[in-house]
Amino acid sequence: MSHDHHDHSDLSETELRVRALQTILMEKGYVEPAALDLLIETYEKKIGPRNGARVVAKAWCDPEYKKWLLTNANAAIASVGYAGRQGEHMMVLENTPKRHNMVVCTLCSCYPWPVLGLPPVWYKSAPYRSRAVADPRGVLREFGVELPKDMEIRVWDSTSEIRYLVLPMRPTGTDGWSEEHLADLVTRDSMIGTGLPKRPDEIAK
Amino acid sequence: MNGAQDLGGMHGFGSVKPEPNEPPFHAEWERHAFALTLAMGIPGGWNIDMSRFARESLPPADYLAKSYYEIWLAGLEKLMAERGLVMPDEVEAGKPLHPAKPVTRTLKPGDVAQVLYRGAPTGRESATPARFKLGERVRAKNMHPRTHTRLPRYVRGHVGVIDSLHGCHVFPDSHALGKGENPQWLYTVAFDGRELWGADGDPAVKVSVDAWEPYLEPI
Repeated sequence: MSHDHHDHSDLSETELRVRALQTILMEKGYVEPAALDLLIETYEKKIGPRNGARVVAKAWCDPEYKKWLLTNANAAIASVGYAGRQGEHMMVLENTPKRHNMVVCTLCSCYPWPVLGLPPVWYKSAPYRSRAVADPRGVLREFGVELPKDMEIRVWDSTSEIRYLVLPMRPTGTDGWSEEHLADLVTRDSMIGTGLPKRPDEIAK
Repeated sequence: MNGAQDLGGMHGFGSVKPEPNEPPFHAEWERHAFALTLAMGIPGGWNIDMSRFARESLPPADYLAKSYYEIWLAGLEKLMAERGLVMPDEVEAGKPLHPAKPVTRTLKPGDVAQVLYRGAPTGRESATPARFKLGERVRAKNMHPRTHTRLPRYVRGHVGVIDSLHGCHVFPDSHALGKGENPQWLYTVAFDGRELWGADGDPAVKVSVDAWEPYLEPI
């Protein structure tokens, strides 16, 4: 965990090891290359934070949908087509002027794949996992987020199979925007709770 | 187990380094480590709790020195070796040295979408009523099992409030050991920042964990 992808010193050794492993598993008949390609393609091309952004934008536009999302997240999220592995038991956490929610997995890397895709490196790394629960305000500062001192910060440590998605507050100045347009404001980090949505002036019209 | 995976509250790891426009994978081998791990779950027959236990039982220095997918890879090798599917000498040699073990199922390309969409829900029918109620104060047990558990060290011995009930879920502590699902009531328990971190804690912070009933005791 101390080094990341910028450390190339043992990359070739690992690369060779994975290649060898794949050959062995194929020769033994345990894995099929076409299935492996599909797994990679799914999480590289199809499933990502745009899914979650659509859910958030829909909740911003439709009060009934929002109510459903906050009380039965699985059904509400499945209704727009997202479900499955690492999102079997979803809960949506609403940010309000009084409470900011932030999600971590201190024990591993639990993350709502169907709506956010695979977690970023920082989410899986020791600095975030160690500090999010003890110094969330300091962590938020590193993401450029400064919250009022009296705003409650609620940190959710994902220690079970419940997966959390933050519903950020709708930015002001977006009256009459379409769902598709609003989704452009919803960043991945705003749905983890380490960021806020973009302001209207931050995106090209 | 009190391994290196239980990071909450530790010091000295430095600042968080967000990467703008981060791609899902940073090297070709990461793609394959990811896909092999997912695909091998089917012929391997292990569950997610066994996978987590395999990763966290790496020696702490090793765990902390490895990157994320290196940890996955080490976990996968361990799970396969335990079941005689691929032995360490084969990984070293880079080729099969022992006959393949018969497996009942493999992941077929045509099944990938369905397998991912179905996932592996852990909710189960409750056989007994919940012991704790919403709003009740409870203590996270001071417990230190040498085997897999999902109660982080930083909450053990501390008092929190039942914030929600989630019904019964597969109990990781049993499931990781192959002792069955042993479903238990699952709660979200919220702790005040100062209860966890003392007088220097931020009074406006609350931290919750999801805790199975056997992790909790009444006050």
